[in-house]
Parts: sequence; structure tokens; C-alpha cells
Amino acid sequence: MMLAASLSSGWFLENAFLIPLIPAIGFAVIIGFGRRLPKGGSEVGIASMALSLVIAIGTTVQWIQRVGSADGSSGEHALGGVFGFARSVFPAASEGGKGGEAYVEPVIRSWTWWQSGGLEFGLGQHIDGLAVMLLLLVAFISLLVQIFSTEYVAGDRRYTHFFAALTLFSAGMLVMVLAENMIQLILGWEIMGLCSFMLIGHWWEEAANSRAALKAFFTVRVGDMGLLVGTAVIFFGANQWAVENGSNGFSIQAISGWAMSGEASSSVLFWGAVALFIACIGKSGQFPLHTWLPDAMAGPTPVSSLLHSSTMVVAGVFLVARLYPVFYTGFDIGGTNVNLIAVIGAITIVIAAALAFVQNDIKKVLAYSTVSQLGYMMLGLGVGAWLPAVFHIFTHAFFKCCLFLAAGSISHSGSHHSFDMKKDMGGLWRKMPITAGTWMVSTAALCGVPFFSGFFSKDEIIDNAHNNGYNFFYYVGLIGAAMTAAYMTRATYLTFFGTARGAAAGEHHDEHGDAHADDHADDHGHDAHADDHGHDDHHGAHAGPHESPWRITAPLVILAVLAIGSGYLNAPAVGTHYFTDWVEPRGVAVELESYAGDEGHSEALGLAALPRAEEGYSEGCGYTDPAPGTVCYAPKLNHAKFSWGKAAPSILLVALGIGISTWLSLGVFGGRRNPLAGLTSRFAPARWIHTLLVRKYFLDDLYERVIVRAVAHPISRAAYWVNQNILDGVVNGVGRSGRTAGDWVYRNVDQRVVDGAVKASGVVASESGHALQPIQSGRVNQYGALLFGAATVGAILLILLNI
Amino acid sequence: MYAANFLLLGAVLFSIGVFGVIARRNAVMVLMSIELILNAVNINLIAFALMNDSAEGHVFALYVIAVAAAEVGVGLAMVLMIYRNRRSIALDELSEMRG
Repeated sequence: MMLAASLSSGWFLENAFLIPLIPAIGFAVIIGFGRRLPKGGSEVGIASMALSLVIAIGTTVQWIQRVGSADGSSGEHALGGVFGFARSVFPAASEGGKGGEAYVEPVIRSWTWWQSGGLEFGLGQHIDGLAVMLLLLVAFISLLVQIFSTEYVAGDRRYTHFFAALTLFSAGMLVMVLAENMIQLILGWEIMGLCSFMLIGHWWEEAANSRAALKAFFTVRVGDMGLLVGTAVIFFGANQWAVENGSNGFSIQAISGWAMSGEASSSVLFWGAVALFIACIGKSGQFPLHTWLPDAMAGPTPVSSLLHSSTMVVAGVFLVARLYPVFYTGFDIGGTNVNLIAVIGAITIVIAAALAFVQNDIKKVLAYSTVSQLGYMMLGLGVGAWLPAVFHIFTHAFFKCCLFLAAGSISHSGSHHSFDMKKDMGGLWRKMPITAGTWMVSTAALCGVPFFSGFFSKDEIIDNAHNNGYNFFYYVGLIGAAMTAAYMTRATYLTFFGTARGAAAGEHHDEHGDAHADDHADDHGHDAHADDHGHDDHHGAHAGPHESPWRITAPLVILAVLAIGSGYLNAPAVGTHYFTDWVEPRGVAVELESYAGDEGHSEALGLAALPRAEEGYSEGCGYTDPAPGTVCYAPKLNHAKFSWGKAAPSILLVALGIGISTWLSLGVFGGRRNPLAGLTSRFAPARWIHTLLVRKYFLDDLYERVIVRAVAHPISRAAYWVNQNILDGVVNGVGRSGRTAGDWVYRNVDQRVVDGAVKASGVVASESGHALQPIQSGRVNQYGALLFGAATVGAILLILLNI
Repeated sequence: MYAANFLLLGAVLFSIGVFGVIARRNAVMVLMSIELILNAVNINLIAFALMNDSAEGHVFALYVIAVAAAEVGVGLAMVLMIYRNRRSIALDELSEMRG
């Protein structure tokens, strides 16, 4: 109780549910009145995101204060001087509290949404470090993307709807991030699915765009089945435990506690985790359901940017991070060195990075890069590196958003709505210095060049994989880092260096004649876009490539600064670990009576905090079951100790990747003599690999030709045959025999018995009616007399009979 | 105990009311007679409430008064409409509902 009092809270923390509510209201306003507003609704979208961002910042500040108040009044984190005698007055939580820091109680509020069969479905908020981090991130990125969009889609015929969908999309992600229970999480998840469909298919007049939107929607839906099944499995597993502790099996906190309690059946946990992970595979574009993500590039570039940085694709990673206790115990992450999450993550890293090498479309390179980076996040979660994975979400959002917006800037002002690096780019760095500069910074961050943010997050994942005994995945991570560096170098060279080609050289394409005969959905999309507003304002004179206006460059610069700076929140190389302190859930056992079922306040039992173990725990949450009467909400995780020696291999590999790729790019694209140039035309195995990559491992062919044709077509044909022959036969037979029986019934029963009875009753009614007709005089007085006469008779009868 | 007197008063009023409903031709007078019947019932209810020392009768009587007010409102409105259409409120001339 005393400790609970010392946990600070505040208005922002208590009312964080406003963060998604404001954009949701903004969406309604834009849909309702957007067209009549002077700026077509974009001002409402920007204002609502700005307001959300303000509240999110307030929430972040108060959360940091709360963590500080939990760790000691001085705000010092546990590594410092909280060897607190101040805390030794509190009773010890048996073995649970060993070797940890204070448990920071999440701010949980919940309202009943609807009730069914004694089960309450709530809406609420579950504010902890992870939620706070993503709230801030999503609100911030959404705001920048909306500002960028005001310029990018200016004059579009569905301008208002674009902003409405964008705002609702952010609202959906925010709802999911602060979900208090699984139902709310599914709600936000599905809102995002719907909005991604609307946004990817924004220019749906082109068949390719609407096909891409459908593909994205249906591919994700395949995974969503896993979400529903997994939620149900977990609910039936956790509900009893949760009800005993004053909650229900949908509550995320209760699920976490149940998963860590040691009472959960391991098969329920395993299959629940598998089902939920299938949902994450679909949403986060993991192998083998990653195929929708590159096609989603058909949407406008700001949409790609939002989708690929902080929303949508991060949702799957978020789900794993949010329900980490389920995955941790379900897959026994702490005890083995191979599991489904890590395997899928590792496969995704490598295949996506390989695919990025053969793309000519700049946005598709970035799309595969996103897939690959999501693979890193999954790998991190799979090997027990929760914090580095979540930190990678954070840093990745900034530099990937920046890269996409830079690509948008290039297409907007540099390459005349083309995204083809080989045809329409090259040598742009002179013409677009700001775009080029921000691109370079973000690329360095993505590649993991030291002292850029990606280095601090990605290397931590790789390092922790090694530290936790996942050696195979350590090497996969290293290879992935080298590949990332190489394909990004190739893309950078093609875009900004070498000779200017096509539109970048100032050539004017005959776009309306559909000069791009290739089937890239984006080209069609942007042709349509170009048709929309013609060649107005900045294209009027068509002065060739030039720098974009400030509404595009300002977000770029802000993001580029963050692409460097965000890494220092948790840079072990310079000794900062704010992110660890603020975001990571503390794997400390808490007294169970304090379960935050209704009050939302509980007290944590802290012990005298010991220094954080750096090299490994052997007991505590996630290793031993919590003592009776206590509960764990998160496993205790190891943190690898940083050293330059351990970081050296990846730095070397990144340098090697950049070096080889530069050499090759100069050779292949720059015309310098190079033994490897033209390899694919001379050397058959290289050609095969190239074809394999260009056809995306034939996965699309597998899905569309093999699965759809071989599975769906025979099934539909069989269904048709069954329909025609069996069902129709049954129906016809039933119909014939029914008719025969009906004839007999008609002749005998209907005509004789029923009709006879009906006629007889009709005659009786008619005759009695005639007899009673005089009584119906139509005069009220007479009716009254009859009424009272009858009442009198009744009364007299009653008296006579009773006495 | 005066209860018998109350009941007697109620019975007398009720009878007058019934006679009015049956015998009167003027629709307004019929409505007034119905009011008499209802008030006779009210007197009975309150008399019994006094005898049984319970408040339920009073409550019920209040309900009856409220309902009676509504009923008179509707009734007078109907009478008014009938008068407008036929320039007469003689009930024995109204026999459109004859079977």
C-alpha cells in the first residue's frame, strides 16, 4: 500500500484512452463534414493527430515519472543506488522478488462494452512501457505523414476520404496498442486491416491497385483466423485462473499472469501461441505470408510509409511483445535454442533481403527491407531479446518512415511519378540534396553503421541471440546485416549516383500513352495520380528534377535527425539504457491479492533491489513458478553485455556488404570493368538464382496457380457437381413425392374433412350472427345498459354463491 | 365506525352515475355520469383503506383520479368532434356502429 502510494500517476496516464478516441472522432468529422471544410478535412486529421501527440507526450512524461517513483524517489534506476534500505521494511515476496527492480504497475482502466452470459467484454486501457512507447511513436509518425500527405496527394479526387482513412487507420493502431483485453486488440487489429485495404486501393480505378488491396486484405485475413482461434484457445485456458483472481480470460494482464503462473497447461499455451503467431505472420509480413507487403506498394507513398514504419506491420510484432509470457512459456524460449518465432524470423530476414537485390522499383526494395527488418524483430522476440526487438520497432519506425518519404519525395519532384530506379533515377543527389542527405542518414541507420540508431537496436538483437544460446540465429542475423548493407547500397547508388536516366535526366515521358509497359502496380497508380491533377503547379514548366517543397522536406529532416538520435536512448556503447528502464516490463513477482481487477491500483512488492544480472538468471519469473500468492506478469530476461569486440563481426560484415555492393554497382551499373558484370547472362546457376528471386521464389505462383487452382477450383467444381446431381436430385425427388402426397391429401383430407368443418362453422357463425344482430343497435346507452345489467347479474350471482 | 356511511354514499353515487349513463341522451351528461361512477369507486377505495389501515387504497384512488382526468379529456375531445360533424351531441342519434 505504501509502495502503491509512491507510484506516481497523473491525468495523462489515467486518460490515455483519449489518444485513440480523438482520431476516431476526427475520422467521423472528416467523413461527415470534410468536403465542406476549406482544406477538405486534412486540417481535422492533422489537428486530431497533433492533439493525440500532445496527450501521448504527456503520458510518456508521466510514465517516466512513474517508473522513477517505483525505482526510488530520486528517480535513479536500479543500476544505481537503490540498494534501498527504504524498501527493506516491506515484506519479502518470498523468492519471487529476487534480483530485480521494482514492479511498475501498469495503469489499467476498463469499462464494460457489452455483457453476454455473465461475461463482460470491456474496453479500456493497459498503459505500460510498451504501450506508451508505441502510442508516442504512432501519434508522432502519423502526424508527420499527414503533413507530408497534404502536399503529396494535393488535388486528388478523393482527398477527403484519404485523410479520413488515414486518421481512422492511426486510431485503429492506437486502439490496439492500449488494448486492455484481447477483444479490444482484435477490434483495433481489424480496423487497421480495413483501413489498409481502403488506403492501398486508394486509386482503385486501376485494376492492379484494387488487386493489390484485395491481396493485402485476404492474405492478412488468412492470418487473422489464427488470431481468433488463438484468442479463443487462450481464453478457455486462462479464464478459470483469471476468474479466480477477479478478472476474465480476455484481460491481457490476466493472460500474462496465467501464462507465467505455472498452472497453465503447456499444450494449451503451445497451440494458443502457435495460432496467435500465425496472425502475426500474416500481419507482419513474415514468411510465408509476406507476399502482400510488396504489393501493398500500390498505395500512395505516405500510406506505404505509415504502414511500414509504425503501424500495421508492427502490429504482429506488437502482439508477440504484448503477450510475451504466452509465447515465452508456450515455446519455452528461455529453455531451448530453437523455436517457431526465431525460425520464421530468420527465414524472413534472409529471403526478403535476397529479394531486395533484384527489385528495380525503389519502393519495393524498401518493402522487402521492411519485411527483412520485421524478421529481425521476430528473431529478437524468438530468442528472448524482448527489449532489443521492441527497441528495433522504435528506431526502425523513424528511419524506415524517412526512407519511404524520401522515395515519395523523389517520385514527387525528381522522377516524375516513377519509382523505377533503373529507368528514371540516377545522379539525383545534386538536384535533391535534402532528400539525398536524409536518405543517406536513414540508410546508414538501416544498415547498422555504428553510431546510427539501427546499430544500437539490430546489434543488440544479434548479440542477445548469441548470449541466449541461439547460435545458429546469431549467424543468420550477421548474414542478414551484411545483405541489408549490400542491397541498400545498390539502391542508393542507382537512385542518387551514376548517370541520370529517364525522368531524372529531365526527359518527359509520355505517361498517358502508358510508356511503362511493365506491370508494376505503382506506375499505374501514379499515372492515374498524375492524370488527376494534370501537370499543374510544380510540374507546370517541368523543369526536371528539383527539391521538394518544405511540407515534404520538413518531415524528412525531422525523421533523419531521429534516425540518428533515437538510438541513443538505449545505446550500450555510450552507456545509456533509458529505454530498458522505461519500457521493459519488470519480471518481478507481485502479491496476488493486489491483482488489479477492479481498482486499477495495486501494490507491488519490491525487495531490496539487487544489481541487474547481466549474464543470466537461474531463478525468478520465467524460470521457476511464482510462489503461492504471487504472480509474474513478465519473464525475467537476460541482457547481453555490450562490448566492441562482440560488435566487431557485424560491423565488419556491414562494411564488407557496403564495399562489395559499391564495387558491384560501379561495375554493373556504372560501366566500369568488372569480372562479375553480366554474370547472369553468362553463368547458368546465377541466372537461375536471379530468376528465382525475380519471381519471388514462385510463392505468388504457388498461391495463385497451385493453391487457388488446385485447391479452390476442384473444390468449386466438386461443389458444383454435388449441387447439380445430389442436392438437386434430392430436392427434385422430395418435390415429386411431395406432390403425389399433396394430391392425395387434397382430395381426401382437404376437400372432405377440413372444408366440411370450415363450412359448418361458417354456417353456425352466420346464423348466430343474424340472431344477435338486433342487439348491435349502435347506441351507446343501450350498450351501457347491457354492460351494467350484466355486471349487476354477475354481482348478484357472486353474493348469492358466496353467502 | 362511519365506514358503512361512506359505502352507502359510494353506492348512491354509483347508482346515480349508472342511471345517468343509461338514461341521458346528452353526451356531456353521460361523461359527467361516468365521473360520478369513478368517484363512487374512489370513495369506496378510501373507505376500505381506512378500514384496513393501509395506504394502498389511497394510492389507487390517486391513480383513478389521474386516469379519470385523461379519460374526460379524450371524451370531451370526441364529443367536440362529433358536435362539429353533426351539429348535435344527442347519443340516440349516433348509431353508425349498428351491426
